[in-house]
Amino acid sequence: MEKSLTWYEFVITRAIKASGYSAIVFVALIFFFLLREGLPALGEVELTSLLSVRWYPIENYFGILPLLTGSLIVTLGAGLIAVPFGIGTAVYISEIAPRWMREILKPLVELLGGLPSVVLGFLGILVLSPYLRVFLGLPTGLTALAGSLLLAGIAVPTVVSVAEDALDAVPRAYREGAWALGATRWQTIWRVTLPAARSGVLTGVMLGVGRAIGETMAVMMVTGNAPVLAVKLGSLFSPVRTMTATIAAEMGEVASGSTHYHVLFFIGLVLFMISLAVNIIASSVVFRTKKRAERILS
Amino acid sequence: MKRASIFFLIFSFILASCGSSNNSSASDFTAAYIENKGSDTIVNLALAWAEKYQSGHSDVRISVTGGGSGTGIAALINGTVDIANASRKIKEEELTEAKSNGVDPIEFVIARDAIAVIVNPENPVDKLTLQQISDIYSGKFANWKEVGGEDRPIVRLSRETNSGTHVYFLETVLRLGDKKDKTLFSMDTLLLPSSEGIVSEVRQNPNALGYDGLGYVPKDLKMVAIAKEAGGAYVLPSIATVNDKSYAIARDLYMYTNGQPTGAVKDYLDWIISPEAQAIVAELGFVPAK
Amino acid sequence: MKRIFSPNRHLVERIGFTGITLMALATVLPIIGTVTYILWKGGSAISPEFLTGFPHDGMRAGGILPAIIGTLYLTIGTAIFSVPLGIAAAIYLAEYAADTRLTRLIRLAIINLAGIPSVVYGLFGLGLFVLFLKFGTSILAASLTLSIMTLPVIISTAEESLRSVPQAFRTVSISLGATRWQTIRRIVLKEALPGILTGVILGLERAAGETAPILFTGAAFFLPRLPHSPFDATMALPYHLFVISTQVPEMPIQIQYGTALVLLAFVLTMNLIATVIRSRARARRQW
Repeated sequence: MEKSLTWYEFVITRAIKASGYSAIVFVALIFFFLLREGLPALGEVELTSLLSVRWYPIENYFGILPLLTGSLIVTLGAGLIAVPFGIGTAVYISEIAPRWMREILKPLVELLGGLPSVVLGFLGILVLSPYLRVFLGLPTGLTALAGSLLLAGIAVPTVVSVAEDALDAVPRAYREGAWALGATRWQTIWRVTLPAARSGVLTGVMLGVGRAIGETMAVMMVTGNAPVLAVKLGSLFSPVRTMTATIAAEMGEVASGSTHYHVLFFIGLVLFMISLAVNIIASSVVFRTKKRAERILS
Repeated sequence: MKRASIFFLIFSFILASCGSSNNSSASDFTAAYIENKGSDTIVNLALAWAEKYQSGHSDVRISVTGGGSGTGIAALINGTVDIANASRKIKEEELTEAKSNGVDPIEFVIARDAIAVIVNPENPVDKLTLQQISDIYSGKFANWKEVGGEDRPIVRLSRETNSGTHVYFLETVLRLGDKKDKTLFSMDTLLLPSSEGIVSEVRQNPNALGYDGLGYVPKDLKMVAIAKEAGGAYVLPSIATVNDKSYAIARDLYMYTNGQPTGAVKDYLDWIISPEAQAIVAELGFVPAK
Repeated sequence: MKRIFSPNRHLVERIGFTGITLMALATVLPIIGTVTYILWKGGSAISPEFLTGFPHDGMRAGGILPAIIGTLYLTIGTAIFSVPLGIAAAIYLAEYAADTRLTRLIRLAIINLAGIPSVVYGLFGLGLFVLFLKFGTSILAASLTLSIMTLPVIISTAEESLRSVPQAFRTVSISLGATRWQTIRRIVLKEALPGILTGVILGLERAAGETAPILFTGAAFFLPRLPHSPFDATMALPYHLFVISTQVPEMPIQIQYGTALVLLAFVLTMNLIATVIRSRARARRQW
């Protein structure tokens, strides 16, 4: 039975309830703004032109396909690196490392998640891309691969944190049952623990990949920014241009209200929808799993 | 714990206000404030000017930002800057946009610039015709041996599309000044967001070809001598060759204001065209406006 | 069953463990290497003048004080907007909300906010705060943009901290006659504070290191004086690093690494503080 609320408590409670809804308000606001400034692009540029293969805005070539493929190939590359390394590291921390090492490794990986992307991009142009050029004999080191490597560095901490939590949450009884039946620890990990933590691990992967798609500064500094249609496997070793880098590089120059301005917002809208899709899939996969929030967002 | 964080916040506020009072005088609040934005080619020159001017005029404060010629002009049209820097002339569409926003851009030529075509010091190629450069950048030539060099792929570097340098290069070199020409950069041209990016890539990549304002080319990079036509003289960029027009790729650098400038802005612009400021132009590798 | 007892399962385990260990090493070594490398290359640039002076000579000499102060201002600005709102929202989710469709929608919205690319936040900030609300390129616009970006981190960690406080605390408090809000404010919030603080610091750390959201909403290439009002633009460490490593010719490599080091130190210190708070709270926990 509640005491009757004082006026003060009433106001506070209302304020808290309003704050609760604020997240929805903000998402809706962002979506609304992107729509408002981005949809006119569909009116000003024909769809066939938007879906063409040349991006050269100052001459009214607004083909966004090269940008889409650029983002996709860099993210794919990042995923191919981040997923095995991320899950592997999570398995190591959760199942194989001794207790004392766990206490060192977890904060260390979290540290990587805190590194600003501009710092990674900075090291990318000075250290990574020259190495890539020399070691792989490429014409230039400013490639999708450089971007993928940096993005993997940004995605891995997220994958590790969430996956490690998920593995940690698997009840001890599962493992003990398997050991009691004679399985080795290795067999237990792959046949029992990991499958049990499957949804959490998958969440970690999706969140990590989601972070990679949205990364801006690191890719802008190392991928070369050439608007090429990146559909061959070899494109990984060539320069590409991502959607995020395009917005960041070109937004400053546009006169507000111009066609270029609308198209850039349209690209932002596309990015928003992609991350929305990734998140909806991730959360429906993990409907019931309780998330350790601070790990998700490290 | 809470107390510690409160103390830290207070401390940092004190630190911050100490810092600001050390670097500005009481008159700062009534000082004239000039916002200067635009071309990345001009930004370092603008910064040098701002520093020099402010050291002699403590009642004026100037802030300088880059972003590209397009950025500066857009800001002028949006009404958020006093002076826009541009390494190209304002475009027709921009003029129309300005007029419809009630803005009247006035143009000032504040310096001249040569665009140098640069290659890695190890690259044996040291002269090219304008047509050859155009063909390389449009994609016709893909290997250095096609222009007299080694058997290496050509990595084409360019500035971003919002750069006045880029637009100027497109019109003057790729299209050879023909307004009806629709040639574009090849799709795999790297559009780097800054001049310095081009310089550092050319410096360490023997396959690279780039272009940049003369003021951005450090001594250790190799510039290519350019002939306007096949059979003509190959000329390296310098103050002299820009002024006598023998170098093929030279341009004016501009500052735009909204309407005729008055007050502090007018004084600043007058100073910029004075010999004192133009001496800085030469120091930085640009060419003084005549 | 037979497959479990394959004859070489111990060998497989050996190989597998080695592989996984190598993977973990491959993940961790670059982290240590990166930090060490920046420390090594940038350490020599750090001096009192570097940290408290203004840039000179086209920013090729002197110090980076305006960038440091700018980042400080932006971080404080972000905290002002995101912390109260975030904690309040977390309290709602942890203490008041029922498991309805609306609540699930709120959670989905939070996850989405967390996933939005930072440059899209920049676009949004430009459209709403700079242009529509006419705040201009300012600390205010940049802080507001950064705070919406930081909100999901704070809400999630705060909610989790609140949830981890045992229900018994609340029950006892109510049974002693306290109202819901009194319980929250005096008991639950106090117990959850270390966790909330950790989340706040981690969120602010991320905000301090971001470049894309402030690119068109508040960052300036060079300002001759420190910002005087929230409507001024400001220099900031991440943007400054970007600019000096890509836009300014003949920039001494020392200064670039030095700036990277300062930014790194800023971010890592916050990380360290958060980690320390978290482990001390865990040790001290009475439940």
